[in-house]
Amino acid sequence: MNYKNPHFFVMGERSILIEWEPKIDKNLLDFILFTKKNVEKKSFEPIIEITNTYYSLLIQYHITIKNIYGEILALKSVISKLSLPKNQKKERYHLPVCYDPKFGLDLEELGNENKLNFSEIKTLHSTPIYTLYFMGFLPGFLYLGGLDKKLFLDRKKTPRKRIQKGAVGIAGKQTGIYPKSSPGGWQIIGNCPVGFFDPNKNPPSIFRPGDQVKFYSISFEEHHEISEQIKHGVFQLKSEQQ
Amino acid sequence: MIEVLKSGFATSIQDLGRVGFAKFGVPKNGAMDQYSANFANLLVGNSLDAAVMEITLTGPKLHFHSKTLIAVVSLGTELFLNGEKQALNEACLVENGSVLELQKITLGNFAYLAVYGGFQTEFVLGSRSMYDGITSKSRLKKGSVLEIPAYSSTIKTLYASTRFDMERYSTNKVEVFTGPEFHLLSEKTKQLLLENKFTLSSDSNRMAYLLEEQLENELKPILTGPVLPGTIQLTPSGKLIVLMRDCQTTGGYPRVLQVSEKSLGVLAQKRTRETVLFSLQK
Repeated sequence: MNYKNPHFFVMGERSILIEWEPKIDKNLLDFILFTKKNVEKKSFEPIIEITNTYYSLLIQYHITIKNIYGEILALKSVISKLSLPKNQKKERYHLPVCYDPKFGLDLEELGNENKLNFSEIKTLHSTPIYTLYFMGFLPGFLYLGGLDKKLFLDRKKTPRKRIQKGAVGIAGKQTGIYPKSSPGGWQIIGNCPVGFFDPNKNPPSIFRPGDQVKFYSISFEEHHEISEQIKHGVFQLKSEQQ
Repeated sequence: MIEVLKSGFATSIQDLGRVGFAKFGVPKNGAMDQYSANFANLLVGNSLDAAVMEITLTGPKLHFHSKTLIAVVSLGTELFLNGEKQALNEACLVENGSVLELQKITLGNFAYLAVYGGFQTEFVLGSRSMYDGITSKSRLKKGSVLEIPAYSSTIKTLYASTRFDMERYSTNKVEVFTGPEFHLLSEKTKQLLLENKFTLSSDSNRMAYLLEEQLENELKPILTGPVLPGTIQLTPSGKLIVLMRDCQTTGGYPRVLQVSEKSLGVLAQKRTRETVLFSLQK
């Protein structure tokens, strides 16, 4: 499908959903985020918020959209005129992950299913540069794409009642981090001590869709040290513009 | 100031909800039945964004440490002020030292208590609506203390004669629009969806209401996409879930229908075992 010809759906009385081909694709994400920026700039009806997922944009309006088809035509016209600039700057964050089995509750299951040892899993998971597609599921939960094929693993058949804050998990082709303890079905392979969401800060998260994430492996002791540094507000998260 | 002597089954502070934080994965939150919550605010002369107390199934017992104007809006319960029965759905003055008690809710699931000026609980990410992980408390407990603005007796309630529209809750019809995956359903499933009655399961909460009937599910899970309160998802087991105010911002089940905003509040008040019929709007 052509990026310039997505599907439009009306969702209830005040939202329009735009959907492209359902896939996890960096280029598609760039186009969706660029569309979002342009729709925000040229708002027609007053917009509350635009959110994206892998292949969708949801536009929520303040008031019931009187002329919904007129609004869709206007959106179509914006999209048809878009041309994505090359070399967009991206923020790359370096996040510490401890892949110790004390945290990695499902390392064994993943190892058995995919015929890998712990050290291979660690290397395969901390080598790629991941793309943050969106936040959802829980406040501040990062949906990351770019997982190595050898690590693909379905969610657990029976979700756990409680997954620890900071747990790094795998679900199908995705990897993600639990920003707080919660029930959940992701396969847990490690833990990241960095906080991802603080409701008392505005914005509550420093991350944005389109950001890049690279993991680096830390020991159990280093995990403890970083947790202490975070507690005292002295931990410096590494990031740079790409 | 109001002190909670007894909390009730699930009592929390809610308002119109959180707007503009879905991009961080923050749910909308807010009163489950916005019409009733708004009506309670109107009765005491508040603006609609004032925070109210949402009371679920069983009522709390509250000790007022200052004089104020209150209103309790409910489809059916008994309200006692210092042991004396008090009318629902109208404003009343409460003197310092009074004890207000709400009995079991017999009609609907939620009742709303508005106080003059609104509850002054913590304001987090644009709202006072309580939600685990966003506000420091997700429910009121015995001993909780709630700050309220000082009452000025010169204020007249402008809406005292406004009538609470009980009729809107008498229907079992739930207005829906088609959802993004509706067109992928077979003709047979579409027909079942729009002609069958669906029963509310006891497995329901502020996040979602589960419906008991089982449909054939010919659709695969979708790649995670946006969802809203009112989105009806078809789960792999063939059961439908209606997402409510505390739902997640994204989901991976096919979105077959979207409930209208008016009907979502009406549906919120339907109790376990009650049945509803989806009525497709153009």
